[in-house]
Amino acid sequence: MHSILIIVFLPLLAAIIAGLGNRMLGNVAAKSITTGALFISAALSWPIFLAFLSGSAEAEVVHVLDWVRSGDMTFDWALRVDALTAVMLVVINTVSALVHLYSWGYMEEDPDQPRFFAYLSLFTFAMLMLVTANNLVQMFFGWEGVGLASYLLIGFWFKKPTAGAAAIKAFVVNRVGDLGFMLGIFGIYLVFQTTSIPEILAAAPAMSGSSIGFLGMRLYTMDIIAILLFVGAMGKSAQLLLHTWLPDAMEGPTPVSALIHAATMVTAGVFMLCRLSPLFETAPTALMIVTVVGAATCFFAATIGTTQWDIKRVIAYSTCSQLGYMFFAAGVGAYNVAMFHLFTHAFFKALLFLGAGSVIHAMHHEQDMRYYGGLRKHIPITFWAMMAGTLAITGLGVYHLGVGFAGFWSKDAVLEVAFARGTEISVTAFWLGVVAALLTSFYSWRLMFLTFWGKPRWIESEHIQHTVHKTPAEAGEDTTGGYHPHESPITMLIPLGLLTIGAVAAGQAFAPSFLDDAAFWAGSIFYNENLMSAMHAVPYWVKYSALIVMIIGFAGAYVAYIAKPDIPAKFVAAFPWLHRFVYNKWYFDELYNAIFVKPAFWFGRQFWKLGDVGTIDRFGPNGVAWVVERSSVAAKTIQSGYLYTYALIMLLGLVAAVTWVLF
Amino acid sequence: MDGFPILSLMMLVPLAAGIGCFFVGANAARWLALIGTLVTFALGVLLWANYEIGGPQWQFTESVDLFAGFKYALGIDGIALMLIMLSVFLMPICIMASWTAIQKRVGEYMAAFLFMEVLMIGVFAAQDLFLFYIFFEAGLIPMYLIIGVWGGDNRIYASYKFFLYTLLGSVLMLIAMFWMVAEAGTSDIPTLMQYDFPVGAQTWLWLAFFASFAVKMPMWPVHTWLPDAHVQAPTAGSVILAGVLLKLGGYGFIRFSLPMFPDASAQLAWLVFALSMVAVVYTSLVALVQHDMKKLIAYSSVAHMAIVTVGLFAFNIQGLEGAMIVMLSHGLVSGALFLCVGVIYDRLHTREIDRYGGLSINMPYYALFFLLFTMASIGLPGTSGFVGEFLSLAGIYQVSTWVALICTTGIILGAGYMLYLYRRVAFGDQKNADAAAMLDLDKREWAILAPIAAVVLWMGVYPESFLAPMRADIATLDARLASAAPEGDSQLQAGPPRAAAANAVPEPEHGEGEGAH
Repeated sequence: MHSILIIVFLPLLAAIIAGLGNRMLGNVAAKSITTGALFISAALSWPIFLAFLSGSAEAEVVHVLDWVRSGDMTFDWALRVDALTAVMLVVINTVSALVHLYSWGYMEEDPDQPRFFAYLSLFTFAMLMLVTANNLVQMFFGWEGVGLASYLLIGFWFKKPTAGAAAIKAFVVNRVGDLGFMLGIFGIYLVFQTTSIPEILAAAPAMSGSSIGFLGMRLYTMDIIAILLFVGAMGKSAQLLLHTWLPDAMEGPTPVSALIHAATMVTAGVFMLCRLSPLFETAPTALMIVTVVGAATCFFAATIGTTQWDIKRVIAYSTCSQLGYMFFAAGVGAYNVAMFHLFTHAFFKALLFLGAGSVIHAMHHEQDMRYYGGLRKHIPITFWAMMAGTLAITGLGVYHLGVGFAGFWSKDAVLEVAFARGTEISVTAFWLGVVAALLTSFYSWRLMFLTFWGKPRWIESEHIQHTVHKTPAEAGEDTTGGYHPHESPITMLIPLGLLTIGAVAAGQAFAPSFLDDAAFWAGSIFYNENLMSAMHAVPYWVKYSALIVMIIGFAGAYVAYIAKPDIPAKFVAAFPWLHRFVYNKWYFDELYNAIFVKPAFWFGRQFWKLGDVGTIDRFGPNGVAWVVERSSVAAKTIQSGYLYTYALIMLLGLVAAVTWVLF
Repeated sequence: MDGFPILSLMMLVPLAAGIGCFFVGANAARWLALIGTLVTFALGVLLWANYEIGGPQWQFTESVDLFAGFKYALGIDGIALMLIMLSVFLMPICIMASWTAIQKRVGEYMAAFLFMEVLMIGVFAAQDLFLFYIFFEAGLIPMYLIIGVWGGDNRIYASYKFFLYTLLGSVLMLIAMFWMVAEAGTSDIPTLMQYDFPVGAQTWLWLAFFASFAVKMPMWPVHTWLPDAHVQAPTAGSVILAGVLLKLGGYGFIRFSLPMFPDASAQLAWLVFALSMVAVVYTSLVALVQHDMKKLIAYSSVAHMAIVTVGLFAFNIQGLEGAMIVMLSHGLVSGALFLCVGVIYDRLHTREIDRYGGLSINMPYYALFFLLFTMASIGLPGTSGFVGEFLSLAGIYQVSTWVALICTTGIILGAGYMLYLYRRVAFGDQKNADAAAMLDLDKREWAILAPIAAVVLWMGVYPESFLAPMRADIATLDARLASAAPEGDSQLQAGPPRAAAANAVPEPEHGEGEGAH
């Protein structure tokens, strides 16, 4: 039996056992089964990845079961393993295993642990089905499967109304993207008569010049197909316009945010683009859109990240922004660079989220950074882990020394390749990326300073007040309120430690393979050799731009939150409209509520009350009944029992009959 | 199985059990009905097992001449087989679902269901036009009684509305049938399916049949009987209504309208598309604002049935097979959703959504089943709902991208109203003490929900079991329709490939650039 079967189906099995067994099984058994399954899957994934790294493995497809045969449309359950899949396998299984372990500590006091672990494993299974798909429909299965798991996990604490709302929002907004994905698959079937990914990719270049009708327009076939598929990617990867669900998804427990809404699921859109990269390369207009949307997202989300107070929301917007980087890297044709950033980002973003979880754990569920402060000495291990994550995301590294944290290698590559591509759009993307890098550095250090430096502001937190049974007034000078944050248990610290290694070293260790080794990718993505050479040849100021803005961002955050902490308030007072606009997330939620949600309910009520009841029923069945009733009343008056009435009617009938016959 | 009249036997068993129910006590009637339907189901399994895939188009045929050319003729193809399986599978579940909920006139109630089963098997197996008509219309009577006698407070209005709507359409169909028999000289359905009616007459015949099938489907705007009928019907009545009766419209299209009037079907497809597009958007939005669980699911049925009609009139294999799978899937899933409503209705005697909340806490297994069926209704891949929806929509995309786009919005709206329902019922805090005190599923409820759940997953993961028997029949139909099939609006035109890839970059000259290694 091929190990990929175990890797993929063991988490499913564990999810079913833990989910259905639930309370019969007990917490420890459920947790052990799921976590054990994930560690086995992770352990089996690394050898596959290393085999591709060393060039000793070849792409293969393991057939599992027929799925649908409908005329010429056939697709099966099958698992594809190639270099691209191998990268995703280690990312998914490693982070998932660590998140499972971490959740032992984080969810310790939750009454519903088997359900939580079952969902986590179910998610992992769906994600694995997505990345091993050999046809678009199985990819869609995984795509929707992770959507389901995400829905369930966001709504895990379903008693909170906000969690239920966020869960629906995530699912429905994703469905908007799925509409595009589905139409894309239909279009592909229409054009290629297959849904098999290798066959589509092989046939795509020959179709690049063809045109097709769509909604009355006539467009380049490949462009419209790629655009439709990209709409799907935008939904799943929370790109601008379809991003609104991701920040709300932070209602889920923090380990979920780390696994699903940072490291794996949200990168599915990027994965899809890379998987279909030969197809996207035949669609220049679509790629232009990808670049624009990616660059716009990376900038837009970073601006919002600078103003939020909730520690998880800051990181959520940061994720959104980093996904933007991946998209514009793919848009300019550097799919390997996009995958590299996906790979490093998975480690450092999971680390940041789990670190944030550790802080929240220490601060008694308080998530508002305004009530943190001075935590550096109280939870030192968490602090150093977060520090490594921050250095990784801000991309500390020096080109001439050839050393740097993970983000340095991948984010700089994204920026350089956008510059090297040299079109107007790609250079604009480069500049937006540089500005976003500055903002990234600013909000990341802002987060660090607010959390770990300065004086404790804990007593203002309601969560802390409940714990220490004091109001701020009672606490007086002692702004800690006598609260003692405690470092997290070992089950939470081990994942932090391991991910720290990834955040520090993943870039350095794998940059040569991901960026420069066409043999490693072995045709699993479109590898643009010339573009890679051009990337390395960009001027030094481009190569140092990310480091320079990182230092500026750091300095800005230092001045605003440590040296002169009254600056932010002054800034807000000086530009209230700007702050309001950014703080309220560019008003996307309000806008969508006004143009989609409210009208949907309004139209629903009108259709129901005015349409069904007021028109169809009124003039339909009720109208018919009314007519029948009226005519029977009329008939009743004729049937009076008086002879002369009947005689009159008879006479009239006779006259009519005679007239008919004679004339 | 040569010559063994299994179809007649499958009708005879419930008929006998139904008659028996009149003469025994309440509890005996329940057991008699359950055993009768289970035996019929077992015969159904036997039927399926002996159905020869790739064999003759019509199998298990029986024929007895009665009078004036009117024949008692039965026989099934794969399409009929699947719909019969759906009916006999749901019937024992309906009986079990009524086990405790029905307390008055139990014998008559069970008899009504058993007679209904006879008529449902008959309608799918009939090979004579008038025999079909009799079964088709007679099916109204037990349903009318089930709603009118055992229904809710407003049952009289609902049952009249139901009867009025469905009967008015049928009259036109009967007239059309007389004309057809006079024209073709036979009432044999397989022969009529091959008969080429004059193109001019086809339009009128098609419209006459359409009047009946559109109501049964139901299509917008003749759908308003459905929400009322569902709301007033007892749980099991809703299950049969959604599970089997709504399939009569789709079956009618695939058995009569399409093969007998292919040209008219092609000419009038725009009408079907227009009504279906309206239905998807309109009824989905109406479903969103419902306060009554059954009404919500009823409106969602209209939206789902619209996917069936567009699939059928796509005139291609994917559309037809997809439509069939949507019918089967919807029969199971909406049936199961009504059962889920029934489970909590039995406990709290209200369908008001706001009276519930937080049921995941006190009824976790119930919440799990409800979630599965909700997801199947939304069309999550891996469940039966996806396979059908995906194939139908893929089919219609080949004809019209506009229709495909509008109908695919159903996946967004469907997610909206179903998850909104699920949230209000299963999520949130326990607002009402009586709802919070409800017990989780008992053994009987497990026994009615678990088999449906299993089939929903089976059809989602390995639909081949269900597609294989229908394949040859769909292919025959597709071939029959081929000459009339409309051209798609996609009109793929080859062109010379664009010279270079989107991101082609010239090879850099070596040694240039500051950072070159």
